Amino acid sequence: MTVADPSQAVARAQVGAGDLFFGFLKVGISGFGGVMPFARRMLVEERGWLSEREFTEVLSLSQFLPGPNIINVSIIVGKRFRGPLGALIASVGLMLMPFLIVLAIAALYGRFATLDAVRGGTAAVSSAATGLIIAMGLKMARPLAGSAWPLLIAALGFIALGLLRVPLLWALLVLAPLSVAIAWRTRR
Amino acid sequence: MIPPVLIELVEQFGLLSFLAIGGVNALIPEIHRRVVDVYQWMSNAEFAQAFAISQASPGPNMLIVSVIGWKVYGFLGALVATLAICAPSSVLTFAIAHVWDRFRDAPLRAAIQRGLAPVTVGLVLASGYVLARTADETLPAYAITAATAALALITRVHPLWFLITAAALGAFGVA
Repeated sequence: MTVADPSQAVARAQVGAGDLFFGFLKVGISGFGGVMPFARRMLVEERGWLSEREFTEVLSLSQFLPGPNIINVSIIVGKRFRGPLGALIASVGLMLMPFLIVLAIAALYGRFATLDAVRGGTAAVSSAATGLIIAMGLKMARPLAGSAWPLLIAALGFIALGLLRVPLLWALLVLAPLSVAIAWRTRR
Repeated sequence: MIPPVLIELVEQFGLLSFLAIGGVNALIPEIHRRVVDVYQWMSNAEFAQAFAISQASPGPNMLIVSVIGWKVYGFLGALVATLAICAPSSVLTFAIAHVWDRFRDAPLRAAIQRGLAPVTVGLVLASGYVLARTADETLPAYAITAATAALALITRVHPLWFLITAAALGAFGVA
């Protein structure tokens, strides 16, 4: 990723610190409950900083690594164009407005939580957002349905974390190596 | 003198940063376990409110951590919690991005990715379950969750519309 690639969509020198900051600032305020589709639009379609294939690679790396995926994308892209400072600027640009907005909403909520309409509305938003997460999990499960073991691993994860409330670290220490080992044994 | 609760925020979310494979949505059961059960920084209802507030704001889906920090120690708490969940994984990403491409075609890399995917699915579905148990107390609340999940699965409606519709239903006392 640090090697100059002639197929890279845009020359490195063309993307300055300000571009990184404002590019990711806009991504940060574009979506609700996840902004990855907007990151793709900005990086690939609007600014042409990454080709489609480069974006897929950056995305798969950021999903593989721990941490909020979109922040990992900003770190990788910022680093690619402007090194450590670029990574910092891109990630701060991404987080700045959402952070301030969510605190403003939290403060407003604290002020008006005594109103029935506010409490009722917030509770219902929470219920709907829960539905969105369940739908996301089921969508992610679809591509796994080809063979039995991924569904079994997913079911074990669900039971351990959701029903038994096992600490995440223990669950991961068992499930992740087990699942990777099966994936390794069944590799094509 | 640094308030002890700020150090606890750093410890809790700093460790979670490394465990957040599949993003923060997969972390909800663990965050709930620590924040509500172990440290008792907030009640079940407050956790559900923090989740709703974070979903009602634009931006990455890790903002629930900011709201928890806010609840625990105001603006400083929010800043500390947010940095704690972001910084460790970001430094790791920065370091790994350096070497990753050398292993582009390595079979182990493919096996790791293929192996972690189902784990993530299990965690995200566990998040949905824990949130439903936390946020939904009434039959209409469960109905909103179920209807949203079903419609989000079979249609391509923008997610925001579900939140807006739910907010209106809730505000007028329907749900």
